Amino acid sequence: MIRLEKRLEPSRMMTAVTPVIAVVLTMIVGGIMFALLGKPPLEAIRIIFWDPLFDPNFASYSRPQLLVKAGPLILIAIGLSLGFRAGIWNIGAEGQYIMGAICGAGMGLAFYPTESWVIFPLMVLAGGFGGWLWAMIPAVLKTRFNTNEILVSLMLVYVAEAILASVSQGLLKNPDGMGFPGSRNLQQYPSAANTELLANSGMHWGVVSAFIVVIFAYILLTRHISGFHIRLTGEAPRAARFAGVKPARVIILCLGISGMLAGLAGLFEVSGPAGQITIDFNTGYGFTAIIVAFLGRLHPVGILLAGLLMALTYIGGELAQLMLGLPGASIQLFQGMLLFFLLATDVFTNFRIRLGEAT
Amino acid sequence: MSDALLTIKDVTKAYPGVVANDAVSFDIGQGEVHALLGENGAGKSTLVKIIYGLVKPDRGEMVFAGALFAPAEPRVARAAGVGMVFQHFSLFDALTVAENIALGMENPPVQRDLASQISEVSQAYGLPLDPWRTVGSLSAGERQRVEIIRCLLQDPKLLIMDEPTSVLTPQEVEILFTTLRQLKSEGTSILYISHKLEEIRTLCDTATILRRGQKVATCTPAETTARALAEMMVGASFEAPQKQTGKVGEVGLEVCGLSMPALDTFGTALKGVNFSVRAGEVLGLGGVAGNGQDELLSALSGERTSASNMVQMGGQDIGHFGPVDRRALGLFSAPEERLGHAAAPNMSLIENALMTGAKRQSLVRNGFVNWSKTKGFTEEIIARFDVRTPSAGNAARSLSGGNLQKFVIGREVLQNPDVLVVNQPTWGVDAAAAAAIRQALLDLASQGAAIIVISQDLDELLEISDRFGALNAGVLSDIVPTADLSLDQIGLMMGGATPQEAAQ
Repeated sequence: MIRLEKRLEPSRMMTAVTPVIAVVLTMIVGGIMFALLGKPPLEAIRIIFWDPLFDPNFASYSRPQLLVKAGPLILIAIGLSLGFRAGIWNIGAEGQYIMGAICGAGMGLAFYPTESWVIFPLMVLAGGFGGWLWAMIPAVLKTRFNTNEILVSLMLVYVAEAILASVSQGLLKNPDGMGFPGSRNLQQYPSAANTELLANSGMHWGVVSAFIVVIFAYILLTRHISGFHIRLTGEAPRAARFAGVKPARVIILCLGISGMLAGLAGLFEVSGPAGQITIDFNTGYGFTAIIVAFLGRLHPVGILLAGLLMALTYIGGELAQLMLGLPGASIQLFQGMLLFFLLATDVFTNFRIRLGEAT
Repeated sequence: MSDALLTIKDVTKAYPGVVANDAVSFDIGQGEVHALLGENGAGKSTLVKIIYGLVKPDRGEMVFAGALFAPAEPRVARAAGVGMVFQHFSLFDALTVAENIALGMENPPVQRDLASQISEVSQAYGLPLDPWRTVGSLSAGERQRVEIIRCLLQDPKLLIMDEPTSVLTPQEVEILFTTLRQLKSEGTSILYISHKLEEIRTLCDTATILRRGQKVATCTPAETTARALAEMMVGASFEAPQKQTGKVGEVGLEVCGLSMPALDTFGTALKGVNFSVRAGEVLGLGGVAGNGQDELLSALSGERTSASNMVQMGGQDIGHFGPVDRRALGLFSAPEERLGHAAAPNMSLIENALMTGAKRQSLVRNGFVNWSKTKGFTEEIIARFDVRTPSAGNAARSLSGGNLQKFVIGREVLQNPDVLVVNQPTWGVDAAAAAAIRQALLDLASQGAAIIVISQDLDELLEISDRFGALNAGVLSDIVPTADLSLDQIGLMMGGATPQEAAQ
């Protein structure tokens, strides 16, 4: 009989190795799925993981895309991971991302066509504020009325999407847009544009922020007492209260940071790669970031790597759709498998397999 | 004593890294009350689980009632006539006594018949119990009766009892002992696990002592001193806690009319609790578990705040202070539940030291944790309190109960508290560790700290406390000097009698 036995100490080796195992298992099972769809499995895996970076025909386009896609994922996932560490489940980063983008873009468009260096910093502040405000709704409801933050934050995503649809056809609609929905293109408004900092690198202010936030989160979690309180709350809520941690403070802090970072990601996206507020400028980064946070083991450095890997599957997935005619749903399934295998192999960090009778 | 009912021969069971039972052999006679003694981790539980069919031994054999006995699962052991009452009850609060008992049976009779059987057995053995009551409304002692009757209904030849008196008042212990003696006179053998030595000396015919998986001795407890038994258990002599009569000083902590709702549906509300404790003195608060101890600790630790002037320290109202502010003032506490409350199981000892030491030990500057200083503080706790752990970086859950308790108490004691509140400081802790913890509390008192010990262990309270009060249903009795009290009076006070009534 096979059974699981709890380890006395979590295995450090397994913590490092299981993500790799999960990726390999995803490749194998994903390959089988591609084969069942009648596509060459090895080629599909190569196109997803190898070609975007090294194929001479595509790499020049897709390599910068790696940072463009990884930036917002990392930025959001770092914020989410703080909450997840404390057992606070913000599932609504997508909504906070949208609200950040709307507030930030709104701030920029309010100045149009004035040119000034203060406009972009103001937009950044407005973007962070918008995301923070949207996350404060579940935070306050939870601390005041003990509502479930999972449901509230998730439902607010749909509210945010409705607001997005409304402003892109109303309040923020481009007056010179010949009646098409969508705002002015911020890329064509120099003071408000989040431009590429190094040509053909994909590096923009959002990516820079993501890297800074990784360092910030690392220091917070390992050196700062607030980070310790966040981890303690997640590990043992009663012990945290005994230590003097106020649960309400941790809820406000974690939801606030994750909302703000999601809002910033939204602002950098709308003023950069997306360029304008449209009905569907958001591409689900807020949800994918949940996967990234867990794939990275809720650890800042892990999230950095996971964000890059996830971005790669996005770009590679698009390429595979193009080259092999794979259905889009199969790529989403492939990404889902990654999370599934990661959670499944995660068991081995805290448990070991034993053969034989239960004792 | 007649022929052996159960013969255990060379039973060995090894787990990775530890031999839980190493060639253990002894006999349990027909109608004998046999004690199994040993520290935590000595291998008592493993041995009992082998007898009850929960664990398969690696080697060795057992003979039960003349036949080779190797139960593959508890069902087989029960069928052969082995019953077991566990330390932690497995009962459903929302079901009645009869329903709970039916759940544990192979072929339960209809409820009405079962209920009359329960009443019969409960009367026959002097264990009053109403089969129709909901288990959630029963006291710990009554719950234990449910477990005992569940076993007795199967007419066991051997009854195993794992630390049965830890949840009982002295009067309830007396009732239990009467029942056990009656069973014995009817020829039932009893295997009695405990580390309360006096109990074993009054009740048991024979005692087998285990240490680190090996049998140390089989002796007759009535002819052996408690001290000798303890030393055999530990394998070394140790000092009984010594009390130094220090000066009793100013009032350290004063609680006036403290009332507070229960923590949860199975908790107990505090009703007008009054007491004060002076510097240099140990106040013992007894009572059966679930009579408001957790609520009282959380009100004193600051996890829950109280209305103004209910909790005062040095004349200052601290009812609205949180745990951090109280620690800054010198009020420290150690809750009963080690894993998950006093310590975070998956975090290292260093991180656990930071939990309560952050402020008083200046481990945090400008919000940043000084980890090397925290590690130093952790290592000081480990060294001064003899905490057995490979390193300060090990997770709290990897320590044994006694070692973690020494760590938790040490963490608070080393911070020079003016007032220290501990709940169940030696619960589930081996004799040597318990003695060390009690000594540390007494030393702290002699240095001028005011100490409140909440405990169910009356021997402990009699040994270390200067004054005693009992919690019953959230009400605290008057506080009286311990020296004037007998064990009987304490038992009556725990049942809700005033000291005056108890004295009569």
